[in-house]
Amino acid sequence: MLRFSKSKIIATVAIILIGLLLAVPSAMDREQRQAYLNAIPSWVPSWLVPSRAIVLGLDLQGGSHVLLEVDAQDLLRGQITLLRDDVRRILRDTRVSSQNGIQTVQRGVQIRVPEAADRERLMPRLRELAQPVGNAMLGQTGGNTIDINTTPDGVITLTYTEAGINERVRRAVDQSIEVIRRRVDATGTTEPSIQRQGADRVLVQVPGLQDPQQLKALLGETGNLEFRLLAQPGATDVDMLPMQDAGGQRVPVDRRVIAEGGDLTDAQPAFDPQTRQPIVNFRFNIRGAQRFGQATTENLGRQLAIVLDNQVISAPTIQSPITGGSGQISGSFTVEQVNNLAVLLRSGALPAKLTIVEERTVGPGLGRDSIEAGKMATYVAAIFVIIFMFATYGLFGLFANIALLVHVGLIFGLMSVLEATLTLPGIAGIVLTIGTAVDSNVLIYERIREEAHAGRSIVSAIQAGFDRAFATIVDSNSTMAIAALILFFLGSGPVRGFAVVFILGILTTVLTAVTLTRMMIALWYHWMRPKALPF
Amino acid sequence: MRLVRLWPENSHFNFMRFRRFSFPLSAVISILTAIMLMTVGLNFGIDFKGGTLMEIQAKSGQADVAKIRGTAEGFGFGEVEVQEFGTAGEVSIRFPIQQGGEAAQAAVVQKARDTFGAEYEFRRVETVGPRVSGELVQSGTIGIVLSVIAVLFYLWFRFERELAIASIIGTLHDIVLTIGFFVITRHEFNMTSIAAILTIVGYSLNETVVVFDRTRELMRRYKTMPAEELLNLSINHTMSRTIMTATTTALSLLALVLFGGQAIQGFAQVMLYGVVICTYSAICISSPMLIYIGLRGSEAVKVPEGKAAAAE
Repeated sequence: MLRFSKSKIIATVAIILIGLLLAVPSAMDREQRQAYLNAIPSWVPSWLVPSRAIVLGLDLQGGSHVLLEVDAQDLLRGQITLLRDDVRRILRDTRVSSQNGIQTVQRGVQIRVPEAADRERLMPRLRELAQPVGNAMLGQTGGNTIDINTTPDGVITLTYTEAGINERVRRAVDQSIEVIRRRVDATGTTEPSIQRQGADRVLVQVPGLQDPQQLKALLGETGNLEFRLLAQPGATDVDMLPMQDAGGQRVPVDRRVIAEGGDLTDAQPAFDPQTRQPIVNFRFNIRGAQRFGQATTENLGRQLAIVLDNQVISAPTIQSPITGGSGQISGSFTVEQVNNLAVLLRSGALPAKLTIVEERTVGPGLGRDSIEAGKMATYVAAIFVIIFMFATYGLFGLFANIALLVHVGLIFGLMSVLEATLTLPGIAGIVLTIGTAVDSNVLIYERIREEAHAGRSIVSAIQAGFDRAFATIVDSNSTMAIAALILFFLGSGPVRGFAVVFILGILTTVLTAVTLTRMMIALWYHWMRPKALPF
Repeated sequence: MRLVRLWPENSHFNFMRFRRFSFPLSAVISILTAIMLMTVGLNFGIDFKGGTLMEIQAKSGQADVAKIRGTAEGFGFGEVEVQEFGTAGEVSIRFPIQQGGEAAQAAVVQKARDTFGAEYEFRRVETVGPRVSGELVQSGTIGIVLSVIAVLFYLWFRFERELAIASIIGTLHDIVLTIGFFVITRHEFNMTSIAAILTIVGYSLNETVVVFDRTRELMRRYKTMPAEELLNLSINHTMSRTIMTATTTALSLLALVLFGGQAIQGFAQVMLYGVVICTYSAICISSPMLIYIGLRGSEAVKVPEGKAAAAE
């Protein structure tokens, strides 16, 4: 019998109403949502009030998506320099000398210690450098960060293992995320999203950003600041570094670092009171102030070299000892440059260079147009399908149409609760499910018609139609689900938005096209007691 | 009220005879696709080829395409593609991937913004470096291969061997013909195209499954009916539904093509084509394929005639 118990009706209607209510916040814009949340009396528990809304993808609200990759080569170079320093220190501590100094080889360093007795002293210390890979909390994953190889003639090679490098990269990504967050926040951009992607990447998404040039400039710099001295003629321990605004001319700079970016406690853009030039004021911590004070006292009259990412950005002459722990960087900067510089100094240095591997920016105009076009297409598709279904199945078509509208509403409701991102392909997905959602109804109705033609009574035809079509509905929805799931796991960004809509659409269609339609038909039958099918 | 019927009830149309045309036709198109895929290739978008795509709109509403082309070619960033689209002075500019790794791509964007920024609004800027595009090719390929494997497993669990083979042939046929559409029309092939192909895989399977569900049901009922007749009957029974679903899906896709805006039009066009192809292949490829594969396993054939007649 075509029966639908009272409790079942209440349950179905309740589920649908809750689902539709959840979509309400998404139908409002930000101000309306705020007003609505404020209007709810405070005695209503907050979990009872639907407040979550669909997030619009960057392709709809406009904004910038920048994918950065940690430069593993750059990172490795830095790590090898550290390793070199460690080995040098150990050699000094153990009073062992390497025959040909410390050679840099691929992925590591090499020394030559022919005396077995020397090696015996040296090796335990070197082995301390090789730490096990992995987090102690999570258990050791096996293997060390550094491999140590010794040949019988005394050549010792220390190289970073694959696992060691990967671990450094992983750590560098974590550190970079922190640094990037500080830098992006400092620019005053709203709601940036910064997240790890894969092993060696960081995805930065900034809604509303039209020209990511400044962002890219900020993220492209490592931000490694050093205070050194310009070398005096005849000095040997020097680096030849390019000087900013000197046409690529290189100047000799002492290798010794007086103080570095990590010693700064603050950096602010300002104007020089005398020259009206944009400058950066900075302040050292105690250690930095002490070392800086000492160096400026000892080197009066010499030129300081302020080095940012291996480029001399300013070389002021030391006029008087700077012992107060603060100072300024001046140079031929624009206002924007000093702003960026101050941000770079405040946020600290990145552990390695970041390379932009993908950038996608959508202007707000295009985003708005896409939303409008998407709405239009959704309405038109709904109208087409509704008219067509009604023209074909009459009253039953009307039932299917109600189910269809509920289905679309439920997709929005589910997306709101999940705070899923609606993208342009996602809108296409909604429009497409408008076409495919009625498939379940079509399968049922065609089956009912067949059963009726085979001579069944109206009730038994409807019953058999639902029962027999159900297996096919499950089948046809699971085939679509297979494709959608694969798309979800492989796709990224906008395309994934399409998959999300499609998967949710498959879930809701079973509720609406099967349960809801069945309920409407059952109620119709009980009220009208029809003698024939309406189609 | 008089209701619309797109397909007559109780039809006895002989669909199986279409195979004399459909098999050679699909074979020819498939071979042509394979040849063109190898010689001409797909028109890859920047997702897969890397490079820079910009969409700009003239602030005056009137774009000077020739001037843009001339200026952009003068940048020295290689071969530039400039195209006008839409009605409001919108122009797309595509630069190839630049030598010199990931960082070299940024210079293109900067140069273009500096040059055109005064007269044009930058509506979209996308730059994909060589590494990301390589990965996207990989994940796109994996996606399609994986979907075929997943479909195989599904069919293996769900259907008898013969039906499963016929439907997988149908699905592969639809993938090939969709790629053919991209090759022949020079439609841009990007990540959204992969989404379209996967959706078409789902739809294709859906179509075949609905017909074959019925075939299996009828096989149990008419145990001795010859394959050709049985398949014709299955298609006639499900034709009404097939046409209905194809129509509603096509209607909503049509709405997307007409109103969805430029960015989504490409996807909708491919899907629209896909719906036609999937419907065609379910009727004219997968089903008649069963005549050759053999519809019934050995045990079904052995059913004595008298018993089958009783079942009817």
